[in-house]
Amino acid sequence: MAEKQPAVRMRHISKSFGQVKANHDVDLDIYGGEILALLGENGSGKTTLMNMLSGIYFPDAGSIEIQGKPVTIASPKDAFEHGIGMVHQHFRLVNVFSATENIVLGLDESEGFDLKAAAEKIHAICEAYGFDVDLNQKVYEMSVSQKQTVEIVKLIYRGADILILDEPTAVLTPQETEKLFAVLRNMRNDGKAIVIITHKLHEVQEISDRVVVLRKGENVGEMITAESTTQQMTNMMVGHQVTLNIERPTPVDPVERIRVKGLTVRDDEGVLKLDDVSFSAFGGEVLGIAGVSNSGQKELLEAIAGLQGVESGSIQYVGDDGQVQELTGKDPYQISSMGVALSFVPEDRLGMGLVGSMSITDNMLLRSFRDGKSIFADRKAPRELAEKVVGDLEVDTPGVDTPVRRLSGGNVQKVLVGREISSSPSVLLCAYAVRGLDVNSSYLIYDLINKQKQSGVAVVYVGEDLDVLLELCDKILVLCSGKVSGIVDARSTTKNKVGLMMTRLKGGEAA
Amino acid sequence: MFDFVSFIPRAIAQSIPLLYGSTGEIITEKSGNLNLGIPGVMYVGGICGVIGSFLYEHSFEDPSQMNAALGILIPLICCLVGSLLMGLLYCFLTVTLRANQNVTGLAMTTFGVGFGNFFGGSLIKLAGADVPSISLSTTSGLFRTTLPFAGSLGDFGQMFLSFGFLAYVAIVIALVSSHVLTKTRIGLQLRAVGEDPATADAAGIDITRYKYVATCLGCMIAGLGGLYYVMDYANGVWSNDAFGDRGWLAIALVIFTIWRPNVSILASILFGGLYILYLFIPTGTDLAVKELYKMLPYVVTIIVLVITSVRNKRENQPPEGLGLPYFREDR
Amino acid sequence: MIHISKRKEMPLSQSMAIRGLSIVLALVICGVITTILTGLNPIDVYATFFSGAFGSARKIWILLQEIAILLCVSLALTPAFKMKFWNLGGEGQVLMGALATAACMILLGDKIPNGLLIACMVVSSIVAGAVWGLIPALFKAKWNTNETLFTLMMNYVATQLVAYFIIVWEVPKGSGKIGIINQSTEAGWLPQIGDYKYLLNIILVAIITVLMYIYLKYTKHGYEISVVGESTNTARYVGINVPKVIIRTMLLSGAICGFAGLLLVGGTDHTLTTTIANGRGFTGVMVAWLAKFNPFSMIASSFLLVFMERGASEISTIYALNQSFADILTGIILFFIIGSEFFITYKVNFTKKSEEVEKADV
Repeated sequence: MAEKQPAVRMRHISKSFGQVKANHDVDLDIYGGEILALLGENGSGKTTLMNMLSGIYFPDAGSIEIQGKPVTIASPKDAFEHGIGMVHQHFRLVNVFSATENIVLGLDESEGFDLKAAAEKIHAICEAYGFDVDLNQKVYEMSVSQKQTVEIVKLIYRGADILILDEPTAVLTPQETEKLFAVLRNMRNDGKAIVIITHKLHEVQEISDRVVVLRKGENVGEMITAESTTQQMTNMMVGHQVTLNIERPTPVDPVERIRVKGLTVRDDEGVLKLDDVSFSAFGGEVLGIAGVSNSGQKELLEAIAGLQGVESGSIQYVGDDGQVQELTGKDPYQISSMGVALSFVPEDRLGMGLVGSMSITDNMLLRSFRDGKSIFADRKAPRELAEKVVGDLEVDTPGVDTPVRRLSGGNVQKVLVGREISSSPSVLLCAYAVRGLDVNSSYLIYDLINKQKQSGVAVVYVGEDLDVLLELCDKILVLCSGKVSGIVDARSTTKNKVGLMMTRLKGGEAA
Repeated sequence: MFDFVSFIPRAIAQSIPLLYGSTGEIITEKSGNLNLGIPGVMYVGGICGVIGSFLYEHSFEDPSQMNAALGILIPLICCLVGSLLMGLLYCFLTVTLRANQNVTGLAMTTFGVGFGNFFGGSLIKLAGADVPSISLSTTSGLFRTTLPFAGSLGDFGQMFLSFGFLAYVAIVIALVSSHVLTKTRIGLQLRAVGEDPATADAAGIDITRYKYVATCLGCMIAGLGGLYYVMDYANGVWSNDAFGDRGWLAIALVIFTIWRPNVSILASILFGGLYILYLFIPTGTDLAVKELYKMLPYVVTIIVLVITSVRNKRENQPPEGLGLPYFREDR
Repeated sequence: MIHISKRKEMPLSQSMAIRGLSIVLALVICGVITTILTGLNPIDVYATFFSGAFGSARKIWILLQEIAILLCVSLALTPAFKMKFWNLGGEGQVLMGALATAACMILLGDKIPNGLLIACMVVSSIVAGAVWGLIPALFKAKWNTNETLFTLMMNYVATQLVAYFIIVWEVPKGSGKIGIINQSTEAGWLPQIGDYKYLLNIILVAIITVLMYIYLKYTKHGYEISVVGESTNTARYVGINVPKVIIRTMLLSGAICGFAGLLLVGGTDHTLTTTIANGRGFTGVMVAWLAKFNPFSMIASSFLLVFMERGASEISTIYALNQSFADILTGIILFFIIGSEFFITYKVNFTKKSEEVEKADV
């Protein structure tokens, strides 16, 4: 294969966002007639690398050659002219348009506007590769998999030879995945170059010809799929276990706090997000939730916090006296009115946990504004709290009247976490608490979590960095496609084992 | 027996300004701009036409010596230019300077209505003319010229062929707009801009250009509604505030027709009919009831608005990006 | 190449300077236009403006009264706008308040004691306005019906309703006018403080201004409104019942509009016309928006608009021009202020092409 001319040759590609190095000195070749799997954990730089190929980002350094010729790709349009098309995780489709209308949108064809002719051409493409699309169907009536098909057909209709799919199976059922793989194979056989970004090993095994593994923004190796085992891939993907030296106090007399039984949740579009999830969280322990992105972590925390409708199953709170209270179907206000002190640090800090345009004081008020019988909101206590949080957590801000939007990411998180733990909760839910934070801020957050744990709080910590989960948590619940694939003791398990569980269900069978 | 022969032509005459206004506003809204300045634009269109023809008509000792082609072209062009300027102003503020659409639109309506009434009331003094009121009967005569055989066709002729050319132009524009919006590439791309500007942008469509062109074109069409009203309906006589709330009625019509100019042709006649229905219903001496009839267009519009939101059918919703500004860096 | 980016935050002094500059520019343009139309020299234009607004004690009282009513409507709209609910129905809500007031005055005028009558007027005007605000809010809360268009249409339903009752109650029959209600008995006329016809209205609106400031800034309701306006997701996160807040806020918004109707009919005009709100429902939107929803800044923005109107009206009277001259000048001022916001929110960088590419990619 080495003699063959690659369709794409990327050399020494680097890209940084502020302090964060998303890609560092990456080399990558993509060949026609081949399906390449780009494998890596969340945040390993797969999507960023491909975004540079599709014109969303521009590399800080490095060169790109297409069919042997050096090119500059500065916009999606440039990428397109070189035959590169990418299907993003967020589809770019107009909801009220039909499939055909979406496919021809933005094209400058000289022969005029003939939807019928276009439909015939699209139909021919579908026939050739085995796509199943109703061309007259409106996008809003389509399932996720149909929308994805429209996106792929759109790229082929526009003459793309190099197709990049960003986690295409994340939103598909197994049957739909099978269908997608069938058309991908057809396209490969037709000589197209295909890249699929994924972190699901069994899919890599099933569909790809070659695997390139990224870790922490670097290309750490490649292998021919047929000659490799999933074990080898996992090792390469997660790397050696790194010691972070996060403190982990031993739990003292853990008592059951949250009891989840058979929890099943669907999103607005009816897609199953959590499937029969059962577990318990104990006071005085940190329960880690691991899983590849979009495995149901967000829905799990929001369901417990009363923000997500539940299809079936129950969520219960066990009080100090052993009294069991039902949280299912309650909104956050009702939950707090029941006397359950539940704190939640959501993933979207400025979109959900805080109000960006309000001052730190007013953000502290979010949790306490109902206090007291007066019609006036008491700002005295929140102001004191704001000052305390700013002082204790060393929030870098001109003052407590500064709008939180003007703070840096780490400081925003300190404000949010500071507020959530200030109410001395009995349950603390954290989603990606250290995402985007520098090392010092991250350790500060770990410390705060440990302090909560030591004071008897049941902490549920959703994380993406396995090294952190392994050192911070007492137990780790591993989610895979909305199902629990296992709950392990964080002290005795290995990164490797958890990594495998993230992609496979308990029985060892591929999910 | 209800007198259809005299009701229909009056309903149609009432409907034409509404049809112009709603067609213009539909095109504008399809690009995602909610232009609440349309009532002002229609005033400006009307008064600009009046100013043009006033100056032209008064440059003759005897207006009957006017050149018929110029007598129509001058007010027409003045009207289009005036409305275009209003459209450019709206776009400059909302698209280029990213100002709030509602506030800009309302300011434009304040300005436009004031502009119309001011020049309507002060034109004679400003021009130093020696006439008691603005009455452009000669120009109006040109605008009101009907087909020569209309009179010989009896009731049919009276009901459907007794209008000046602007009435038929309104229907043609509505049909053409409908065709362009649903059947052409430009229409498809325009709708994409209004529905989902980020997607349209990613597909390589120039959002700013589409918004500017659609809004300016929409304003020019709406402006013609004002011109029709003065020159044809009002026989060339400008009286302040006579145009009334027809601009808002046109905006109501946009919702009522669920953003479809071709439906608007019939719907505007319905609205026009509701507007004058009280004249044809025997209410005896109870003049008060006629005011309640005038309420009907707004009530039915509210009902349509409510029904479409309750049924929540995607095709019948306002364009998804309506009223929202779009900047690429906000992605 | 031009690159536009959002500013982090501009110091208040600088943003006020930009707004001030835009107003000055607009005033210069207005002066030039007036000069062209009247032949008056520019200094005299502004002098006439001032004399129109402040020329006599009576003119100052009228100015204050006009500011008070406009401010009252703007204050009414503010809580809704803060919640990102576009209440363009102020006009209709004021009309309904006015209609309810007039109804009490006409129907109960000589039947109940004056004190009770006025109490009835206050209650019914507030209820009428609140109901007019409630209807679109209910649909918004339940089905997310577009409130901009809904409230807009409600204005004309109210206008026609008023037109209907004007004919029902017209005096004398056939005139199409109501005339001064209870002219001989003055029943239901709001009491006059001393010799000052407008003082009561002004005091009442001043009180509302302070209360509204306190309501928005210090109460729990005001806080909920801000949170809902900024992010419904955050509101849900802390368990705020968003539909309830929408309905409650629109009730308040409509109620104060209705109260403005009471002030107009019971306090000053003592009659009812379809144009009694005089576009204040729309002008109020702009007043509130220009003041960035701060009740005290709204005093300044309503002053600016009323001052322009009074000044322009003086010019039109003296030069026998049409009274709508004021609207043109108001429009121009608004365009300048609306445009100036861009320079407060955004930074415009002129960069060379190569830098541009770098920036666009980040």
